[in-house]
Amino acid sequence: MIERRPILDLISHLMLILGVAIVAFPIYVAFVASTQTPEQAALAPISLIPGDQFFQNYASVIVSGASGNVSVPPVARMMWVSLVSALIIAIGKITISMLSAFAIVYFRFPGRSLFFWMIFVTLMLPVEVRITPTYQVISDFGMLNSYAGLTIPLIASATATFLFRQFFLTVPDELAEAARIDGAGPMRFFKDVLWPLSRTNVIALFVIMFIYGWNQYLWPLLVSTEQSMYPIGIGIKTMIAGGDAAIEWNMVMATLILAMLPPGLVVVVMQKWFVKGLVDSEK
Amino acid sequence: MEKRARFKSAWLPYALVTPQILVTLLFFFWPAAQALYQSVLIQDSFGTTSQFVWFDNFRDLFNDANYLESFKTTAMFSIMVAFFGLSLSLILAVFADRIIKGASVYKTFLIWPYAVSPVVVGVLWLFLMNPTLGVIAHALRNIGVEWNNLLNGTHAMILIVMAAIWKQISYNFLFFLAGLQAIPKSLIEAAAIDGAGPVRRFFTIVFPLLSPTTFFLLVINIVYSFFDTFAIIEATTHGGPGKETEILVYKVFQDGFRGGDLGSSAAQSVVLMVIVITLTVLQFKYVERKVQYS
Repeated sequence: MIERRPILDLISHLMLILGVAIVAFPIYVAFVASTQTPEQAALAPISLIPGDQFFQNYASVIVSGASGNVSVPPVARMMWVSLVSALIIAIGKITISMLSAFAIVYFRFPGRSLFFWMIFVTLMLPVEVRITPTYQVISDFGMLNSYAGLTIPLIASATATFLFRQFFLTVPDELAEAARIDGAGPMRFFKDVLWPLSRTNVIALFVIMFIYGWNQYLWPLLVSTEQSMYPIGIGIKTMIAGGDAAIEWNMVMATLILAMLPPGLVVVVMQKWFVKGLVDSEK
Repeated sequence: MEKRARFKSAWLPYALVTPQILVTLLFFFWPAAQALYQSVLIQDSFGTTSQFVWFDNFRDLFNDANYLESFKTTAMFSIMVAFFGLSLSLILAVFADRIIKGASVYKTFLIWPYAVSPVVVGVLWLFLMNPTLGVIAHALRNIGVEWNNLLNGTHAMILIVMAAIWKQISYNFLFFLAGLQAIPKSLIEAAAIDGAGPVRRFFTIVFPLLSPTTFFLLVINIVYSFFDTFAIIEATTHGGPGKETEILVYKVFQDGFRGGDLGSSAAQSVVLMVIVITLTVLQFKYVERKVQYS
């Protein structure tokens, strides 16, 4: 702060509180609706005071996916599918990008720049522009309705590869030379030197990629046709598919609150790494 | 930059890049090539026979009023999302940068919509703005606005714009805040000594220095509104009423998967790919410039 301007400080706080209110209000309304009876949640306008159905509503969506009109799997099952997929995507992305960045930085081999270029180009091919043919590939491999189908096409990551490449380039050459003189092979060097040094980057990327994986929608919409492989996002969409009258908004909102808990917690708890990962990977 | 210290092995580097290259070939290059190939074919609806038609699909596409309309819709949607999203986040970031006490608390509260998935955002806003029972729709009615996003195209557009902005605020906010905090305090102090007030300082010093961040965010926000808002639209308007909120990505899906028109859908994908490539090149141009600055 340059000069003391108490009024401007007050305005700053008020503006930020207003900003936080705008961000929080929709979630608050969702939470309130999730604690009410179906009749209360369907009132116009809905009461902004929480109801007393918190335990009943959450217990019933978790265990049975309760929706009288549309059949959806229990939320516990859908969250499990989302969790497993998000973990496979995050860990898979980090593993394959780290290995290829290691190869590109620490070896000189024929085809090196070709591979680098191939990875680079994938930046320009988001899943949205190649959905039909990618779906075809997955279906030819018989990978529909499987974790492999849900995750593998999303695992290649140009961004993560670049991030690791940039980081490896800043690691002092002396470390690799010392390792070589000590007779350590490349994989030994990777495991004992690079991996421990990369820990911060790995955690930061993991947070970002976990959220990316958890929030997938378009791809699972194509690949998961059986209810047992529905991730939570597809489940929520299915719950509101019945039309205006049939929607049990209190149950939908309870599911919605549950769906945003894991990624929300990850962001809040790992804030420092999350910001680092975001700012680093998009630069 | 190149490494001096290298390891030597005839096979190991290949083994290391294999997983990434395999995924890339199978799920990026092959499908992209297929999309290119399908875009010059016409298939019957069972996919059994196909005919090579050169650029007919593209010609039909650009002669199709619906497609051109979808372009306009997409442009409007992304301009609004980028403009209002960036302005709002910049205001919040400027105020958050000013205050010292409590800034991290505000930051925590402002960043977590990033974690909420687009489909959840869509359903959430659908509930808030639902013409019959939504809280906001009701409040609007009280001030004389007959809100109905199911019948009114403008209302539907406002709905998806608001949902898309709500989700993107945290991302823009973080980058603006980082950009603001990177501006040397001495510059601002010098201006303050010369008697420039906070508003003047913002427009003559802070905003110009923030322009690389703003440009970067502009590209990111356009990419976001083009591609990542599919689930918001799928959950709220389905491209309707009519086709008034049918953006390009939604149309690819709609025509390809729901309509079975593979040739047209593939041609649309190719057009989208060209747009992404342009945007990516822009982004990298920016990165290059930024590297030269530092």
